[in-house]
Amino acid sequence: MALWGMVIDLDRCTGCQACVMACKAENNIPAVGMKEAHKERVISWMQVLTETGEDQHGAKMRFIPRPCLQCDDPPCTKVCPVYATYRNPEGIVAQIYARCIGCRFCMAACPYNAKYFNWHTYQKEAPGQNPDVSLREKGVVEKCTFCHHRLQRARERASAEKREFDPAEYVPACAEACPAQAIVFGDLSDPASEVAKLAHSPRAFRLLEELGTKPKVFYLTEGEAGG
Amino acid sequence: MADAGDPHEEILLAPIERTGPGFYWAVALLGVLIAWGAVAYWAQFTSGLGVTGLHQPVGWGFYVTNFVFFIGISHAGTLISAILRLSKAEWRRPITRMAEVITCMVIFIGAGQILVDLGRPDRIMNVIRHGRYQSPLLWDATSISAYLTASLTYLYLPMIPDIAILRDRLGKRKLLYSVLALGWTGTEHQQRVLNRAIAVMAVLVIPIAVSVHSVVSFVFSMTLQPSWHSTIFGPYFVVGAIFSGIAGLIVTMIIFRRAYRLHYYLKPIHFRYLGQLLLIMALLWFYFTFAEYLTGYYGAEPEELKVFWAKFSGPFWPFFWTMVLCNFAIPLLCLVNLKRHTVGKVLVASLSVLLGMWLERFIIVVPTLSLPRLPFPEGIYWPTWVEWGETAGSFGLFALFYLLFTKFFPIVSIWEIREGREMALREVEERIASYLPGGAEGES
Ligand code: SF4
Ligand code: SF4
Repeated sequence: MALWGMVIDLDRCTGCQACVMACKAENNIPAVGMKEAHKERVISWMQVLTETGEDQHGAKMRFIPRPCLQCDDPPCTKVCPVYATYRNPEGIVAQIYARCIGCRFCMAACPYNAKYFNWHTYQKEAPGQNPDVSLREKGVVEKCTFCHHRLQRARERASAEKREFDPAEYVPACAEACPAQAIVFGDLSDPASEVAKLAHSPRAFRLLEELGTKPKVFYLTEGEAGG
Repeated sequence: MADAGDPHEEILLAPIERTGPGFYWAVALLGVLIAWGAVAYWAQFTSGLGVTGLHQPVGWGFYVTNFVFFIGISHAGTLISAILRLSKAEWRRPITRMAEVITCMVIFIGAGQILVDLGRPDRIMNVIRHGRYQSPLLWDATSISAYLTASLTYLYLPMIPDIAILRDRLGKRKLLYSVLALGWTGTEHQQRVLNRAIAVMAVLVIPIAVSVHSVVSFVFSMTLQPSWHSTIFGPYFVVGAIFSGIAGLIVTMIIFRRAYRLHYYLKPIHFRYLGQLLLIMALLWFYFTFAEYLTGYYGAEPEELKVFWAKFSGPFWPFFWTMVLCNFAIPLLCLVNLKRHTVGKVLVASLSVLLGMWLERFIIVVPTLSLPRLPFPEGIYWPTWVEWGETAGSFGLFALFYLLFTKFFPIVSIWEIREGREMALREVEERIASYLPGGAEGES
């Protein structure tokens, strides 16, 4: 069984937000409008966090792209009262919009703030939307699923063409769009895969690792040269 | 049984027999509050939770605060009454019913907060259809339902002899009272059975009540979040619940003492005793709060400290320090000396505790959420008219339920007072004699 994971090289990330936009387009993420944005209600499954740190030569910006970290021990799924969010066998944390009762317990439990709530009906059926991604109604929580529909599509294509499914055929929109190729995606359970190798590199670390959530998104520290 | 044992009993039946203009004024006022709540809820139901001030990351605000607060108040009744009954505190007789009614009414309101908080209230049945027992919310649902059932039973049982009195004495609602009285005639056998049942329920209700508020605290403490993930939360919430519960009971007693002229039944001594209980709870509350914050501070885990300082000197300081003032300083000042102006002082202390405990719940829910660990923009939460309306409506609904109850049933247990007058005096004397060395041998 595959274990899908991601490695993000912070040294390469320029904070250009291409991943954010690609994710929004791919997953029909609604633009909430100015007024709602001012109320801190922007929905952004992939979000580039910025941190200003100090180095020897003064202030320095640091960019941390943050999708859902697809924790292997996810605090968010533990608390859901109705199985609306769960970790599937391949390690992707899924969200069933049609079942979620909107209690927002999972949001309160996720230490990475990776879940988003539909405060109003933001998303409407519109031309040009991705038909593979379901519509979210008001009152439910939504989140990144590593573009799970792409995996399904890749599998279907492989089976239609009567051949083995190749993990390389499955890449989430953000990884595909990154101009700096900072995002590497693949099967962590396959030691030969690039993502597994990078995840074991000495530069690799995970966000808030001390919490024991076992995220499947790894980061590579910025190089010693100081970007 | 039907003969009036005491001319003063008329006072207890008066609100049921006659309805004055005061009642209609009160209902009208509460109606306004409830209407506000209804409009607010309708606005929220049709256009989504976006009409509230909630946002990312503060996904829980007033509603969850109200939920914890109301469920806390519910501990006034059943729990306190059970403890007083079991410890044979004779002064309890005029207040147990009032207390128990609070519980039954407020649980509905408290549980309703969760419904109001849901983004998809239409899917509430999913909790039963797809219920997942690993989630603390399901533990909540279970123990609150158990508490409601037990409390309703515990309220109803001691009402049976009183309902029989109403059936025999009152001209109206014969059918209702006859059905509810279950054929009570007051035979010795019936009385024995009833007393046994009340005693069993009193014992049963205490662990359930403790479980309810522990489980409410687990909603927070089972998560990894700073200043929620704490083992003290269970007992802390229970203490807080009893604390606010007593305050709620005192305020209710004072209101009805005034409105229904119950001075003959509710004497300063009752308020003095309850005031002393409240004082003890204030000290306990302070001890728990101190222990909780000192541990966080001394451990100095950076995430924990962020929330700690946000409460002490950051954006939440006005709430935090008002809470300390209301839950500790004011009650202490009012309650240490209750010799004079008892009722007034106890009332001030109780109102202050009610406000303080609401703030305590708020200060638990919101700061933790508003300080995410990763570098997100930090947002404070401002409620909108919708949340104020829902809150006002909830209080209004609770008061209205309570008021209506008093129009159907006596708010002070008539038979228990009679029993106190006829039997307890002798019993207490015997009991005290049995405590004393060399005294008559009690049941060993
Ligand atoms: S990052 Fe948050 S939402 Fe994603 S799996 Fe982990 S706990 Fe759940
Ligand atoms: S908001 Fe939805 S997914 Fe999250 S815990 Fe509640 S029901 Fe589950």
